[in-house]
Amino acid sequence: MAIQVHELTKRFDDALAVDAMDFSVEQGSATALLGPNGAGKTTTLAMLLGLMSPTSGSIQVLGTDMLRHRYRVLGRMNYASPYIDLPQRLTVRENLNVYGHLYGVRALPKRIRQLARELDLEPLMKRAYRELSAGQRTRVALAKALINEPELLLLDEPTASLDPDTGDRIRTWLEAYRSRSGATILLASHNMPEVERLCDRVLMMRSGRIVDDGTPQGLASRYGRQNLEEVFLDVARREPAARG
Amino acid sequence: MGSLNRIYGMLLRHIYLLRGSWPRILELAYWPVMQMILWGFITQFFVGHSEWVAQAAGLLLAAVLLWDVLFRSQLGVTLPFYEELFSRNLGHLFVSPLRPWELIVSLLGISTLRTLIGVVPAALLAIPLYHYSIFDMGLPLLVFFTQLLVTGWALGLMVSGLVLRFGLGAQSLAWVAVFALAPISGIYYPISVLPGWLQPIALGLPSAHVFEGMRSVLLGQGFDTGHFLFALVLNILYLCLGAALFIRVFHVARKRGLLLHSGE
Repeated sequence: MAIQVHELTKRFDDALAVDAMDFSVEQGSATALLGPNGAGKTTTLAMLLGLMSPTSGSIQVLGTDMLRHRYRVLGRMNYASPYIDLPQRLTVRENLNVYGHLYGVRALPKRIRQLARELDLEPLMKRAYRELSAGQRTRVALAKALINEPELLLLDEPTASLDPDTGDRIRTWLEAYRSRSGATILLASHNMPEVERLCDRVLMMRSGRIVDDGTPQGLASRYGRQNLEEVFLDVARREPAARG
Repeated sequence: MGSLNRIYGMLLRHIYLLRGSWPRILELAYWPVMQMILWGFITQFFVGHSEWVAQAAGLLLAAVLLWDVLFRSQLGVTLPFYEELFSRNLGHLFVSPLRPWELIVSLLGISTLRTLIGVVPAALLAIPLYHYSIFDMGLPLLVFFTQLLVTGWALGLMVSGLVLRFGLGAQSLAWVAVFALAPISGIYYPISVLPGWLQPIALGLPSAHVFEGMRSVLLGQGFDTGHFLFALVLNILYLCLGAALFIRVFHVARKRGLLLHSGE
């Protein structure tokens, strides 16, 4: 398993953000965390990355206990999110060079050239990150997330606020990376067509819990719906179950 | 090798930032030069009016240059750290294998570089402008420089920790904290000038011992080993406290989710 989570709980004062969550993610799979705003998706990703410590529970990532030994495994995973940025005044090449050193990438100039070619970044390499459009920034963030050729890639809304063309290109790159490297992808998204295209499994979240689990097609048929978006609306609008 | 590589990566990040902006480099040197020019004229005036200053014309100039070492060294830690908060980059840094202590070491390295860029031009300009070379102090200058650099690091780590905990609303601490030390560091006057009750507090600061030691050298009384040892022990203590506070706040920030939401 790439990820194994047991009884994972995160409480902020009186608010329960993640509630005794259990799930596992198979190596080489692409899994989506799907749920309305405030469902606990970003908090779950942050705990998987070691950015946030859980209140209780356990997390195993790539066979390593994240709560005790996260530095053993952080170099084998990576993350992209529109909610955190890269240094604004550094050029694209400088940013990738800095993160290449942080991840201990060997033959770094070659890896940067390869990413620039694959993600169509070559004309942008000398431009400052702050001068880039939202779509260009997303491609740079993805290049940073792929700099160490991660075995586990965590993505928080990877195509949020992108036009359909750029969104489609990003999805194509992610598919290509996964099929070439055999990497595991876990993504949080609100974009149902994206989830249907990229993921072979969906974990439906609500109020900090996983309320359903299945393939995109399996969930649609179980709920008697045409597509994942209708399933999402069913889950989001369902009355919350009483907590014991 | 892994740690060295990551520290080098973080140093590169800030060197790129400096290299990409000449105004930033000029600004680093501008304030120490202005301070030196101002105190140079004050010294010229006092040499003819004050017996004490006349004993060693470089007293005030050496004091202002060394004070800038402390001030720039503190800012050299806090401003690069603020830069990570302003650019909302902390989340990316801490999902990488970068350890908090590696971040600390890189901040200390960049602080040293920024301090040298700030203070060396002012010290060099004082030679043609006022015929005063702080470098004539010799080896003791290296000792004073190092001690004040470390005091600035300790204070910078404490301030950075507090800003990580309380957010950028507390960013003015970078200027407030260091100036709170100025009156009791005895930069331009001996600690004996302070009221009796304040003197023990002042002597709890490494900077007070450094400036007392500086005056001892400049007034021809030799290098004061007592003040040196006091400053050394206090600096080790405060640097450990600064690093411990920063790392403690880092753990609190992980608990509260502050690393993900840090920024403007």
